[in-house]
Amino acid sequence: MVRIIDRRFDSKNKSAANRSRFLRRFKGQIRRAVADAISRRSIQDMESGEKISIPAQDIAEPQFGLGDGGRQQRVFPGNDRYHGGDRVSRPLGGEGGGSGSSASEEGEGQDDFAFTLSREEFLDIFFDDLALPDLIKTQLARITEYKRIRSGYTASGIPANISIVRSLRGAAGRRIAGAAPYQSRLRELEVRLKEMLETEHRTELDTEVVALRQEMTRLRARIEAIPFIDTFDLRYNNRIKVPQPSTQAVMFCLMDVSGSMDEAKKQIAKRFFMLLYLFLTRSYEHIELVFIRHHTVATEVDEEAFFHSRETGGTVVSSALELMRQVITRRYSSGLWNIYGAQASDGDNWDNDSPRCREILGERILPLVQYYAYIEIAPDPQNLWREFEKLCAGHRNFALQRIEGLEDIYPVFRELFRKKLT
Amino acid sequence: MSKRKAKALPDGSEWNMELLGRYDAEIGRIARNYGLEGYPHQIEIITAEQMMDAYASIGMPVLYHHWSFGKHFLATEKGYKRGQMGLAYEIVINSDPCIAYLMEENTLTMQALVIAHAAYGHNSFFRNNYLFKTWTSADAIVDYLVFARNYIAECEERYGLDEVERLVDACHALMNVGVDRYKRPPKLSLLKERERQKEREAYLQSQVNDLWRTLPPREAEAEKETSRRFPEEPEENLLYFVEKHAPLLEPWQREVVRIVRKVGQYFYPQRQTQVMNEGWATFWHYTLLNTLYDEGLVGDGFMLEFLQSHTNVVYQPPYNHKWFSGINPYALGFAMWQDIRRICEHPTAEDREWFPDIAGSNWRQTFDFAMRNFKDESFIAQYLSPKLMRDFRLFAVADDDQDDKLCISAIHDEPGYRQLRQMLSEQYNLGSREPDLQVWNVDIRGDRSLTLRHFQHERRPLGADTERVMQHLAYLWGFVVRLESQAADGSIEAVGEARYEKRRGDEGR
Repeated sequence: MVRIIDRRFDSKNKSAANRSRFLRRFKGQIRRAVADAISRRSIQDMESGEKISIPAQDIAEPQFGLGDGGRQQRVFPGNDRYHGGDRVSRPLGGEGGGSGSSASEEGEGQDDFAFTLSREEFLDIFFDDLALPDLIKTQLARITEYKRIRSGYTASGIPANISIVRSLRGAAGRRIAGAAPYQSRLRELEVRLKEMLETEHRTELDTEVVALRQEMTRLRARIEAIPFIDTFDLRYNNRIKVPQPSTQAVMFCLMDVSGSMDEAKKQIAKRFFMLLYLFLTRSYEHIELVFIRHHTVATEVDEEAFFHSRETGGTVVSSALELMRQVITRRYSSGLWNIYGAQASDGDNWDNDSPRCREILGERILPLVQYYAYIEIAPDPQNLWREFEKLCAGHRNFALQRIEGLEDIYPVFRELFRKKLT
Repeated sequence: MSKRKAKALPDGSEWNMELLGRYDAEIGRIARNYGLEGYPHQIEIITAEQMMDAYASIGMPVLYHHWSFGKHFLATEKGYKRGQMGLAYEIVINSDPCIAYLMEENTLTMQALVIAHAAYGHNSFFRNNYLFKTWTSADAIVDYLVFARNYIAECEERYGLDEVERLVDACHALMNVGVDRYKRPPKLSLLKERERQKEREAYLQSQVNDLWRTLPPREAEAEKETSRRFPEEPEENLLYFVEKHAPLLEPWQREVVRIVRKVGQYFYPQRQTQVMNEGWATFWHYTLLNTLYDEGLVGDGFMLEFLQSHTNVVYQPPYNHKWFSGINPYALGFAMWQDIRRICEHPTAEDREWFPDIAGSNWRQTFDFAMRNFKDESFIAQYLSPKLMRDFRLFAVADDDQDDKLCISAIHDEPGYRQLRQMLSEQYNLGSREPDLQVWNVDIRGDRSLTLRHFQHERRPLGADTERVMQHLAYLWGFVVRLESQAADGSIEAVGEARYEKRRGDEGR
């Protein structure tokens, strides 16, 4: 008796070590790809992995080999037009032909090497830049629920999952293949019968005609006997489990888009919004996003316009806060919503406006929201900062942080988290 | 269907351990009737992911860790997830006992196919083919790989991941020129390796030190006399040369070079017998499963499913087809073995003229002889029949960079058969597919530079990777490495040189 060993449950992920070595080696390229992806992605789109491509040249493993040139002889299959001694132009077989060079031998093209980073790996690299503590990383990366989605077909399953189209397509093929020898014999006999009856003028009672008829009946019976559908034909819809993260919240993103906010500052702001979003996805199943941008006047826009359009002019921050307050009263006033606010600015506000901002925020907004974070992307404190600083003492749900680089973003959330953990 | 009796094997797509055992017993019985002899085998059930792991580590159950295996895993995973690639065939380990992997996703039919293909087909080939018998030690390979992985892991701990990775990269670059093509390697075994490894470290270092002795020579006279060439004979195994003679390598580095070299050497026979070996395994799964059917043990559903995947495997797209990527070794090998059987059993007048010694002979004996004593190159030269050349519609194209057109040098017709056969055989000669490179000279009294010489064949130059491989070699050697090329007329031309600078050691990465 042969030894059969079930290895399915041992040593999963043997290649994990090799995979992590691969990621480690190409960390530079992967980081750049992740940074690109983040600027391309929408804030909510943090639940999937990312396709990364690395230039083929960086990843190649060189070996001594023969190059093109000199004289080469190669044997090909499937000659359809050539005679010995023919002289033909390159490439062989005209365009669309096989890649007539020896490069095809190993099948390694010059395309970029593309692969998919898992969500964990993606977040890992995203978090790396933000300098998050490990505990927070695991909390953010945790997945709690699963959802079943369709994924192709299998040859086994429960009756409820039978894919009728697929099964019948297979059955049709099998019937055609199985009946083929009988069909062709039947056709031969039909021709012969016609010949006998019409050309040779035999009667229906002629023994040969009777024999022929019987044979034909037998063949038809054989064809009939081929089962219409066989268990072998059955195909089942396949479903697999995919992880799904597990009350509702609305997140306001407020950003200054005046001329002084350049692309780099916006990218920092974007990561700030993304991170807040990620934190929120841990606690809420449904999150709505409201984007408000402002210069001297504030408007509610979609995400695309929020990050990518540029405006010029002065800055009146209170316009945005006023708009936020209006949106809350209009759409999110019921107690069903957990409201979060995140504001990014370079702090350069019109002087007389800043005290007004503090007033609106402190008296009309903070009492309504769970948490409000303000980041100022500037090296030195600006007038808005000085006003907002005064709010800190009286409001536990308000945080502010001055940011110069990506690693400064996380401390904003530290307070928020401490609250959540208790 | 009428032939099916009570003893028929259960079919359907679901399998379990007991069913696999029954199928294996029946297939094994038939295989023995045909006289197939292999190592005892062991069947291991694995998941698709484990299969991809195995793919990535070149099919071995254990192997040292390296990023390139991670890369292969990602590439395989991508292909598999998109459904471009099936994983059913092919993982069987040339070891004693022979290990055949079955994937849990496969249906019962596919499992039977893989058992016949791997556990009986490949297995008997591994055990009996002369190349495998000479070059590989099936009883020791798994132990050696365990030793290798532990050793490299230990090195990583002691010397750092980067250092070891750099070294293994360099060795991988030279893997295809790190095989002995003629010498028989000594047998490998775990215990002996461990014992001898330490001994070797000490000994090698003393040898190298002697070669690079920097003490002033006693007499100037003697120096002249001893200015013999080194190496005395050119050496084709670059990794071997590096392992034994590179002046600056640490003992552990030499051991790593040796490990990579041994692994490369182990796979050399597989590269030399792809057509034969795959063809052999394909022929046997086809023959064994058909015999099962003839005996009424399996039904039509089984056969249809089996034939569907069999025909996919042996499909050969023509040269101008978008799927064409060279000659399919399964297709060619399967067709050749089928054809040999035909020549033995139903020879035509043409076969009698071309193969007087085997036409009409006992096909099992002819098979046994052919399987034991050939490799792809000689197998094709010996057994490719005119009929097969016609069936495949083979033709040869000469591509000369001094000619503005391609020339069809031979096709499947009377004047072309012999030439075509010889050219196809040459196409499977690893010696002509890969450049002929030899360690030509080492300047042991001067700058310690190493000179490699490339012997050109048909004026073919070295490929575009050359410069990067030279960097790797320079890293291993520690001093300047030069490359020269010798043309057919004997003229020698310097092609390039590389030196390794420790200060920018990380730049090559």
